[in-house]
Parts: sequence; C-alpha cells; structure tokens
Amino acid sequence: MSAPTIPAPRTGYQRSKAKGSSLELAAWLFMRLSGIILVVLIFGHLIVNLWMGDGVHRLNFGFVAGKLASPFWQIWDLTMLWLAMIHGTNGVRTIILDYAERPGTRLTLQMVLYAASAVVIVLGTLVIFTFEPCPTGADPSLLPSFCGA
Amino acid sequence: MAKASTGTLYRGREGMWSWVAHRVTGVGIFFFLLVHVLDTALVRVSPGAYNAVIDTYKSPLMAFGEVVLVAAIAFHAFNGLRVIAVDFFKGGTKHHKTLFWVAMGLWAVVMVGFLWRHIPNSLGGIF
Repeated sequence: MSAPTIPAPRTGYQRSKAKGSSLELAAWLFMRLSGIILVVLIFGHLIVNLWMGDGVHRLNFGFVAGKLASPFWQIWDLTMLWLAMIHGTNGVRTIILDYAERPGTRLTLQMVLYAASAVVIVLGTLVIFTFEPCPTGADPSLLPSFCGA
Repeated sequence: MAKASTGTLYRGREGMWSWVAHRVTGVGIFFFLLVHVLDTALVRVSPGAYNAVIDTYKSPLMAFGEVVLVAAIAFHAFNGLRVIAVDFFKGGTKHHKTLFWVAMGLWAVVMVGFLWRHIPNSLGGIF
C-alpha cells in the first residue's frame, strides 16, 4: 500500500471556469423576475375575480366577456398566462430533475410536461386573441350589456 | 439529489419546511392552472358551456377549495419574495428565519382579508 500523495498547499484545487450554456442561470433569474411580476398580476386577478363584489358568485360569461373586451385585461391576462405557465413549467422541470433518477423517466416526464405546457399556452393565447364577447345566436341574457340588441 | 440518512446542517426548521411547502404549493398551483386555462377556454365554445362549468366553482365544497388555493398562492408568493430577499440582499441569509415569519405574518393578513369577504360571499346562501 503506497502512501497517499498530498499536494502542496494552495496548488491542488482550481475552480473550473464556468462552461457550457448559461441556460440554468437564465432560468434561475427568470424564476425571480417573473415571480415578482406574478405576485402583482395574480393578486390583482384574485382581488377583481374572487374578492370584490359578490366574489366567485359574480363570475359568468358576461363578466369575463366584459373584462376580455378591454385591451387592458387582454394584456394583463396574456402576460399572466405566459409568465405563470413558463414559471410553473420550469418549477416542475426542477422537481422532475430532482426526483426522477432513470434517464428514460427523466426524459419522458419532461416531454409530457413540455407538451402539456405548450398546448395550454397556445390554447390560452388563442382564446385571448380570438375571443368574441357577443357571439351570434347566443342567449342575449348571458351576454355583457354592451352587446345590445 | 443527496440522500442523507443522517441529519445534515439543513434538516428541519424554517429553512427546510418552507422549501418543502414551496414545492408542494407550486406543484398544486401548476396543476390548478392547467385546469383553469381549460375551463376559461370554454368562453370560446359558448356562453352556456362556460357558465355551466364556472357555476361548479360556486358550491360550498369548491368554496373550501378556493380557500386552499388562495392559501397556497399567498404562501408561494410571500415565501418566493423571501427567497428573493435572501438571494439578493446582504444579510438575507443571516435573517432568513425572521424573513420567514414576516412572510407568514403577511400570509395571515391576506388570509384574514380574503376570508372576511369569501365566507359571506360563498356561504351566504346557507346561513
């Protein structure tokens, strides 16, 4: 058994320079920046949709149509949708990478996650941009007041 | 991920449990968000279809679900801001336990404010 070799002090350890992509740094920073914006957007969303007036009891098509007819709420909801979905997808990605150990499981779970997120982001975006607050043939009593006769 | 069977410096207390709760609330909110975008997408189908589904959110059982949802969101929000404070501010790590209890205080204030409106709103028809 040979004696272990001990390097001279202050010569052994060299911190390697950061290499590869900075994607994980960008993801880390995104979680914090989007988090701050989401606190404002989601608290505002909850105050208007769940707290003011009759709370959850005033939610119906007319209420949503009245909001989504305004560019202000369109931009609000669009920003909230994209930031929340990307923030949540990256959070679940982190959890998958923490707990799933087999490479196949890690890949499969991530693919399912990304597919589901893409579908929800595309669907939500289409709804915001193609929304019709006064659909023809609908029961007028269910529509917002500005639809008229 | 490390699989320590013995205690480590980071086990237990505010630091670990806030991390656990942040994950649990985060996953819960994410799955609700998937469902919530789908139910909102029904405004594109018909006013009747949207109203039929959104009316299910108005039952007493769902009113309790909304309390759990808001509790989870408020926790994730304030604990997230605490994480940011610990990451970016000098002295953040030293005072992380104080910051955690400040976050919990803000959480309690939000919950009282929410329940004050939500209980009469959602259970008003019963009492």
